[in-house]
This record gives sequence, C-alpha cells and structure tokens, in this order.
Amino acid sequence: MLGIQDPIVALAYVLCIASTLLCVVYAWRNWNRGDETVETDDVKWAKKEDKVEEGL
Amino acid sequence: MILAQISFVDISIVLLYVFATAYLGWLGYRGTKTTTDYLVAGRKVHPFVMALSYGATFISTSAIVGFGGVAAMFGMSLLWLTFCNIFVGIFIAFIFLGEPTRRIGHRLDAHTFPELLGRRYQSKFIQVFAGLVIALFMPLYGAAVLIGGTEFLSTAFQMDYTAALLVFAVIVAAYVFYGGLKGVMYTDAMQGTIMFVGMTTLIVYTYAKVGGVVAGHQALTDLKDLVPSSLTAIGHRGWTAMPQFGFGSPKYNLWWIVVSTIVMGVGIGVLAQPQLVVRFMTVKSKRELNRAVGVGAVFILAMVGVAYMSGSLSNAYFAHHGALFQGRVIKVVNAEKNHALLQVMKKSPGGEWMDAIKETGKDGKTLASYEQAVHADASGKWLPVAKETSDAGVVKEGVIVPVVLDQTEPYLPEKIGPNQIAQGRSISIVYAKGVSDQIIPTFITTAMPKWFGVVFLLTLLSAAMSTLSSQFHTVGTAVGRDVFETVAGRKADAKANRTIYVVRIAILLGLLVAVGIGYYVKKQQFMVSIIARATAIFFGLCASTFLPAFVGGLFWRRMTRAGATLSMLSGFAVSAFWLAFVKMPECQVIGLVKKSLLADRPNWPVVDPLFVALPVSILVAIIVSVMTSPPEAAHLRKCFPSLHKVHPSVRAHEERKGVSC
Repeated sequence: MLGIQDPIVALAYVLCIASTLLCVVYAWRNWNRGDETVETDDVKWAKKEDKVEEGL
Repeated sequence: MILAQISFVDISIVLLYVFATAYLGWLGYRGTKTTTDYLVAGRKVHPFVMALSYGATFISTSAIVGFGGVAAMFGMSLLWLTFCNIFVGIFIAFIFLGEPTRRIGHRLDAHTFPELLGRRYQSKFIQVFAGLVIALFMPLYGAAVLIGGTEFLSTAFQMDYTAALLVFAVIVAAYVFYGGLKGVMYTDAMQGTIMFVGMTTLIVYTYAKVGGVVAGHQALTDLKDLVPSSLTAIGHRGWTAMPQFGFGSPKYNLWWIVVSTIVMGVGIGVLAQPQLVVRFMTVKSKRELNRAVGVGAVFILAMVGVAYMSGSLSNAYFAHHGALFQGRVIKVVNAEKNHALLQVMKKSPGGEWMDAIKETGKDGKTLASYEQAVHADASGKWLPVAKETSDAGVVKEGVIVPVVLDQTEPYLPEKIGPNQIAQGRSISIVYAKGVSDQIIPTFITTAMPKWFGVVFLLTLLSAAMSTLSSQFHTVGTAVGRDVFETVAGRKADAKANRTIYVVRIAILLGLLVAVGIGYYVKKQQFMVSIIARATAIFFGLCASTFLPAFVGGLFWRRMTRAGATLSMLSGFAVSAFWLAFVKMPECQVIGLVKKSLLADRPNWPVVDPLFVALPVSILVAIIVSVMTSPPEAAHLRKCFPSLHKVHPSVRAHEERKGVSC
C-alpha cells in the first residue's frame, strides 16, 4: 500500500495523517467550548508567576 | 554540491534573524504581556501562537537531525514515533492532562513541575529530588539539541566541528541570557513559523527528488536488499518494513531498539517533560487548549513526520543521484535491479587501481583510511582484500559498499559479475561516513538548493533556541526555586538575591556541561546517533521517575506521599541501574562495567530502561499508596474542590482520626 512494503508501516503512515485530522476536527468542534471564569486562585497564581519570572 | 564556506549573504540573513528574534522579544517585554495579562486582564493569546510556542519548545534539532538520521538508517518504522508524538504528545497531553494540570497547579500555587509534585504530595523531599533530577540530567538533552545544530553547521558550511559548536553555543547562550528565558510566546511563534516553512519546503523537495509520494516509497522499498549486513543481522528488513519481531536472539535487536527506546521511550516520555507540563498552567482555560490541539498536531506532523520521511527517503535519493563509487563487484545482490556489493577502489596517479582500506578499532571507530596495491593471483585475477585483526584488536579490511550499479559507460558493459570494475551509488549512511547524525546535514547539502541551506540553518537555530531556552529556564527554576529555596528557605530579600545568583550559575553550568558533552561525544565518534540516544535517555528517565507520581497526582485521590516518593525513587534507581549495568552501549560509556551484565542474554541489553523502570514505578506507586494512610481530606479538597465526595477510604481514615469530612 502506498508503495510501502509492510502493512504495519503503512498503517503508521496513515495513522500519522489520521491523528492529525482527528486533532484538527476536535479543535474545530470544540473551538468555543471550555471557557471558564477566572477564579481567585487563578489571579493569585498569575501574579505570583509574574514575580517568579521577574526573578529570572 | 556543497554549500561551501559561509558567505556574506548567509551571515547577513542569520544576523537579520537574530535581530528579528531580539526585537520580537523586546516588543513582548515592552508590551508587558505577562502571565497576569493573559490570564486575568483578558488579553488573548491566539491559539495559533500558543500551539506554535508549545510545538517549538517540544521539537528541537534533536528530532530533526538526530532522529531524522536514525530514520535514514532504520527506515519508516519510526513513523510510529510520529504517531505517538501527535496522538500522545498532543491529543492526550492537551485534552486529558492539560486542564487537570492547570487547575491543580493554580490551586496549589505551583510554578514549576517539581513544585507541582511537591505540593500535591506535601513533600519538600519530592520537590528537591525532582529538581535535582532535572538539573543534573537536562543538560544531557541540551547537549543533544546543541549537537544537532552543530552537525549541520559543520557539515553544510565546512566548519571545524569545535568551532561550529562554539558558534552555535554562543548564539544560543546569548539568546537564553538576554530574554529567551522569559519565554516570550511571540518569539517562540516566529521560530515555530520558520521551522514550519523550512520543514514543509524540505518534504516537498524530497518527494519531488524521488519521483513523488508512492513512487518515492516504492523506490525505497526496492532498495531493501542493499541494507548493510550489520543491520540485517539485527533484524532490518528494509526501509519500509518493521524490523523482525521476537525475543531471545540478536536478530530481534532492532525491533527492541526501535520500539522500546525510540517509539515508547520518547513517545511516552513526552508526557512527563517538565518544560512542557508547566506550559499547561499558563493558559486561561480548557478552551485555549482545545483550540491549540489542531495547530499543534499539524505542526508536529510537519516537524517529525517530515524529518523521518526525509531521512528514510534520502536513501532513495542517494541511490539514484548520489556521488558515484568505483571499484570491483564482489557480489551481485540482485541482478535484475543491478544491486551489488562493491569493493571500493581508486586509481593511483599512475593509473593503477588501488583497494580502499579502512582500519577499525575494537569499539567500532574508524582509525585510518588509505589505499593499497591490489593483490592478484598467478593468472592476474584480483584477490579479495584479506580481513586482518591485530593483537591490539584493530581490524584492517577493504571498504565494501552496497550500490545500485550505474548504467553508463565506461564501467558497465552488458553484464555484471564478480571482479568486474563498475561504478554505482550507495545509501545514506555510506555518504555520511557511517555517522547517522550526519545523514540529514549531508542530505540537505547534497540534494537541496543552496538557498535552502540557509533556510534550514534558520530552521535549526529556531528549533534549538526555542527548546534550549525552555530547557535552561527549567534548569534555572529547578535549582533556584525547587532545590535552593526549598532547602535554604525563601522570602527574605537577601535570600532572593542569592537565589538569582544561584539560578544564573546553574544555567551557566548547565550550558557548559551541554557544550562539554557535545565536544566529548565528537571526540568519541559514536557511530549510532548520540543525539537520539541522549534524548531517549532523558525522556525515558523523566517518564520512569515522574509519570506515575504526576498522573496519579492528577487523577487518583488515594495516591499518597509515600507512594509517590517511593515510585519516583524506584523509577529513577531502576533506570539508573539499567543504564549503568545493562543497556548497551550506555553501560560501556558510563564505564562501571566493561560489558552488559546481561550480555549473554540476547535482546535484554537493547531493551530501554523505560520498559523495566516504568512498570516498577507504577506498581510501587499503587502498592505503597494502598498500604499507607490516605492523604488528609482537607488537602484533597484543596486539590480537587469540584469533587464533593472524597474517596471512601479517605473518609474512613478521617473518621477514625475523628476529623469530619
């Protein structure tokens, strides 16, 4: 298949493209899902993270 | 075609790229687009930028040059690693691990990977231990990235390897010290874009050079009887076939190398990469992760998919377009396809044919190459070059290469046969002088247009800079925050200043160690990709040490501090033992033993430490957690507030202690 001698290698070739398509379709279908409100922990974490980065 | 010396235009383009990188970094810094801006002030990171930034950090010169070269030797079976990189490294990592990591990291106020583990299990020891493992072994991975760029620079521009290593290290170090550590996403995204353009161009050219997609694959399939005997002996069955599977015989070695070390070691190891895990914490919500999945997958396919395909197909290119070897046929491998083994010969200035000879040390390194007069019998018939082994173990033999015989005059009359002078083209590893790390640089400089050499150099610079900056960012935080501050305590201003010095010294030392390893391995001239080996060691070590504690910490409330601690210690100890005493050739390089303890038991010495250490660390995590007291309910509620019900065993334990859940 596809000029490839071993079906297991041909399967890997196809799966590489198929898994990429799966990710693209997943991203497209869930483009607006999963948004959340920012909580106190998030704010606290972000401010601390900036301090940690500043320290570097 | 060789790209020759670096021209003024080449230097100008590289400098332009460096300035553009610095300018984007400065813009990002000046725009104060901090984590707080992204998470709290509502500034949006385009998913394209986030995904490219993650991908540029993930993919380095190691994947492109090191693993690309391995694919040229072992073939398209490496595509299973590409599949793992996409399905495990993007799909599973982003969708199943990303959001829980972000949530628990924010709740526990963790800012590094060791801190995440330490706070989840309320253990300073875990944080310090994880920090030490990262600080000590990350430079090995850093060295792999440096060597990848250096090999290309030295091969493509005919630079001395040591000079190329220093040039590459100075450029990267300047970037890391002046802004790269802040991990400005737009700089990463620019580097990711350059990498994408470079690699996409490479695959288009490669397929065009070998006659198209299916025709190119078929041309590669047709070369299977030219696989060197050293590779067929360990199970190589052609560049478009999986190696021979089985256990208990050396002829299965390649299957275990490809599957246990390359595919599983690196494919699974990515889930516990400290520099990638912390990226999940910087996004605002699951929505950003969902959006980044698509771009991330396309990017990874364009990087590793292209590298492994180009590496494999380079054999088909060289077999039909490579420079010609001349010599006498010593064996016709396939008369129909004109495949033969050629004893390489060269004409002396006097017009006499001379045999090409090489001397190889006991460790497989080529010690000398030269020509000698051909021996003939009484009838004038040339005799084979006798293989001689000296008392010191140095093997002297003729240079024999597999070739596709050239169909043009003057060397090929109507039929081929032994002892007949002929000429032909060989496979990638022959043109790379037996060093797999030089295959991709050799292919680029031979097959691609001159302008692409500079584009590819920028691609590799981008890949190296984005990965190395995050690697040394992780080393800096591991030493400064996870080890020094945890041991010495934090908060005091004087301590904070000392931490900055500790971080800088740690990063500088890490870089020096990486450069030192890069210099040492070249002197050693390891035949099989040191880049791929060093990367696989680090990925496998991370997976065996951290993965059960990390994944258990995210999803299993019953996982205890003792379970996590012993899981990490056992995973690390088994990996270290396997590398030092069993795994070949790593155990010989480390030097504690002269040969693998399991040298007499075929296949075990090539099984990756991950295959043994990860099951051990998983089992230890489960058994010890079940046998020890569960974590406090109050801590679990902090870690998992959305889970109103605590685990029954935790509730029972709290009730026994008289604490209300």
